Amino acid sequence: MNRILEKQQLAPHVFRIRVEAPLIAEERRPGQFVILQIDSEFGERIPLTIADADSEEGSITLVFQAVGKSTRQLAAMNTGERIANLLGPLGRPTEIRRFGRVVAVGGGIGVAPMFPIVQALKREGNQLTTVIGARTRELVILEPEMRSVSDELIVCTDDGSYGRKALVTEPLAELCEIDPQPDLVVAIGPAVMMKFCVETVRRYDIPVMVSLNTIMVDGTGMCGGCRVTVNGETKFVCVDGPEFDGRLVDFDNMLKRLEAYRDQEKRKLQECQIEEVRE
Amino acid sequence: MSKATPEALDREATGLLRSIEGKGTQLTPKERLKIPQQAMPAQDPVERRSNMSEVTYGYTEAQARVEAARCLQCKKADCVDGCPVGVDIPGFIKAIEDGRYNEAVTIIHQANILPAICGRVCPQENQCQATCTVGKVHKDALKAVSIGRLERFVADHERSTHGCGVPEVKPETGRRVAVIGSGPASITVAADLRREGHAVTILEAFHRPGGVMVYGIPEFRLPKAIVEDEIRTLERMGVEIRTNFLVGRTRKLQDLFDKDGYDAVFIGSGAGLPKFLGIEGENLVGVFSANEFLTRSNLMKAYDRERAETPIFQPRKVAVFGGGNVAMDAARTAVRLGAEEVNVIYRRTRTEMPARAEEVDNAEEEGVRFHFLRSPKRILGNEDERVVGVECLAYELGEPDDSGRRRPVPIPGSETVIEVDTALVSIGNDSHPLITQTTPELETNKWGNILTDENGKTSIDRVYAGGDIVLGAATVILAMGEGRKAAASIHALLGGDAV
Ligand SMILES: Cc1cc2nc3c(=O)[nH]c(=O)nc-3n(C[C@H](O)[C@H](O)[C@H](O)COP(=O)(O)OP(=O)(O)OC[C@H]3O[C@@H](n4cnc5c(N)ncnc54)[C@H](O)[C@@H]3O)c2cc1C
Ligand SMILES: Cc1cc2nc3c(=O)[nH]c(=O)nc-3n(C[C@H](O)[C@H](O)[C@H](O)COP(=O)(O)OP(=O)(O)OC[C@H]3O[C@@H](n4cnc5c(N)ncnc54)[C@H](O)[C@@H]3O)c2cc1C
Ligand code: SF4
Ligand code: SF4
Ligand code: FES
Repeated sequence: MNRILEKQQLAPHVFRIRVEAPLIAEERRPGQFVILQIDSEFGERIPLTIADADSEEGSITLVFQAVGKSTRQLAAMNTGERIANLLGPLGRPTEIRRFGRVVAVGGGIGVAPMFPIVQALKREGNQLTTVIGARTRELVILEPEMRSVSDELIVCTDDGSYGRKALVTEPLAELCEIDPQPDLVVAIGPAVMMKFCVETVRRYDIPVMVSLNTIMVDGTGMCGGCRVTVNGETKFVCVDGPEFDGRLVDFDNMLKRLEAYRDQEKRKLQECQIEEVRE
Repeated sequence: MSKATPEALDREATGLLRSIEGKGTQLTPKERLKIPQQAMPAQDPVERRSNMSEVTYGYTEAQARVEAARCLQCKKADCVDGCPVGVDIPGFIKAIEDGRYNEAVTIIHQANILPAICGRVCPQENQCQATCTVGKVHKDALKAVSIGRLERFVADHERSTHGCGVPEVKPETGRRVAVIGSGPASITVAADLRREGHAVTILEAFHRPGGVMVYGIPEFRLPKAIVEDEIRTLERMGVEIRTNFLVGRTRKLQDLFDKDGYDAVFIGSGAGLPKFLGIEGENLVGVFSANEFLTRSNLMKAYDRERAETPIFQPRKVAVFGGGNVAMDAARTAVRLGAEEVNVIYRRTRTEMPARAEEVDNAEEEGVRFHFLRSPKRILGNEDERVVGVECLAYELGEPDDSGRRRPVPIPGSETVIEVDTALVSIGNDSHPLITQTTPELETNKWGNILTDENGKTSIDRVYAGGDIVLGAATVILAMGEGRKAAASIHALLGGDAV
């Protein structure tokens, strides 16, 4: 179990792996994630969204960005190797039904977790406009996959090297102005991006679903490390989420909580960069 | 705990042993009552502040023999009534006195399969030692026969000599049982049912089995190697252990029957949901549930900063809310991670603290400060949303409440601020909600505990439950007692000895 069947680099620091995981492939629904650990003794447990699954083959697909030590270690693993521990599917599945007109906004790596959601929404007969954004051309991922499940696709880059030169909030605001208004906005990406998407949509009175990527340990509701304030109440992202109505989420607190271990993470990352240089 | 070195304690005990050994069974109760209680050899408090190794070393053989001689071998042994699983206490203590250690373990095993663990973590002063005659004579449960320490001694002795081997397993019955979770309740169910020849699979959400004993209770109090040994024994008996399996998500409860073909299921998923106070500032950076803090340190080994990938917050000045075992463990872990100052803030007084007495003493020796009759009102943060202090309200004890303990009432206007950068919330756990959420037919009470009948059966046929998920946050030995009961019912359901 947990063997890496295929590995592919999608962009600098962005990888896609297909992993043998028959039970998870069978049970998973869009919006759910796994927690994996590379080394049982000293490894960290890291959450990653299930970007796709093939229940016949018994495999799941993960798309991840190598941002710190653990994700870099994962990126360094090869086809045929096994991930020591893989737990899932976790979190509540996305509510998939016919909403009508849906605008889906994916930023950076957030495009990957959004793919199964857009795919399922499309299958339910929603009309989909998808916006994908990245800093620069080479960081745009899954464009053909997204195009295949969307009625309209808008690509933006911060530096204008590809598609439109804009932040994703710009086309989002325009799409909200069009009559009839969208019935649902889905925004998935870095916390800051989700925060600004929510601010953009707030005055239109449109529900905006976000998928929160807080820090997690167990992913089963046992530690409370993933907690966020939603509508003034404490919620656990791993069991109550990961999706919430973004209009109710206290993003400022969440952003600060994401930085709780910043210094230690930097140190670990430096260690692993030094190791990489040595190799 | 004792300030004397283990060697000095052993020398003293050896001398004592020689003087009583000659008299053998001739010792009169009066003479037995005069034998001094044997102190527990322990690591020096200053040294142990900076390591994770077990605090206490356990009795030496001479100490155990002397302590065993303090037992009066009462005809009506009240101690047994105090033990939730009814261990034959005089029986095993007599065996120790006579030096028949393996037999002592065999006697304990009839009621309790995890003596090395219970000897360490049972709140003995509220259980077996609370009702011991010797304690009553001395008018202090702490001066009773040290039943727990003796239990630990023989269990450790057996562990190091493998005196008792792997329990025998009856011929296969062809029946299959799924056991959810791998805490003490589940371990007991698995062992009991496997012994009867049923095929048992443990399904555990974490990557390592053992429940709270591996993720919550720290190494310095319960070495992980002991829990690992117990798990290995289960595996040697043929119990299959599947980690990374979250019932409710990886499989729904009902699917364990429909898709996987199990004949019965036991739920031992524990009290895993940390309670928060619901006060201002609780989601600031630097506020953690004790569960999170302890899991990072224990299960994820974050205390080993060089090797572990999981980070842990570096505490400097710490406030711990609560007065139970979890609060003591969190406070003492913070000490070991290098905190300069650790404050335990508890609403009642020392006498009401639910923590084991020995651990409160240990914590105090390690420099933990106690603030009784205080409760946090809000947690203060800076512009970066990081904790800078806790505002506490003073309390006084009023009328007794339902539990018979005097209820703390706040004194208006008594607010004071303690400057801290870390707050650890350890005010208890609610039951793990995932299985009940994904299994609506499963009946629970208003706290989310699964309801069972006197045989441990739930509202669903073939589904049994026990341990903290039924009792609310309780103890290792109570969880085991529940497991034993449920295992007997499951065995009967599967055809009993007729299969
Ligand atoms: C439900 C969920 C789904 C996710 N899905 C994906 C995904 O599909 N693809 C992907 O690339 N990433 C995803 N993430 C984020 C991913 O888990 C983190 O990038 C990863 O844990 C970082 O580990 P690291 O050791 O490599 O980096 P670190 O050195 O630990 O951290 C680097 C950065 O990542 C942030 N971070 C650290 N730990 C976590 C954590 N446990 N969760 C979130 N952020 C963290 C830190 O704030 C820091 O900015 C998801 C997170 C959650 C909670
Ligand atoms: C820090 C701390 C210190 C303590 N100190 C003491 C002490 O000194 N003395 C004492 O007697 N008691 C102590 N206790 C209490 C004692 O540990 C518990 O009462 C006991 O462990 C309960 O056992 P259990 O079998 O019910 O489950 P637990 O030990 O809670 O184990 C439950 C297991 O089930 C798993 N699980 C949960 N949900 C699922 C699911 N859906 N699918 C699969 N697996 C699942 C969990 O991951 C966990 O491993 C302490 C508790 C804590 C937290
Ligand atoms: S199991 Fe616990 S309560 Fe029972 S005799 Fe042993 S230490 Fe005492
Ligand atoms: S009550 Fe105390 S003295 Fe009497 S048999 Fe039990 S342990 Fe021994
Ligand atoms: S990750 Fe521990 S409760 Fe959510």
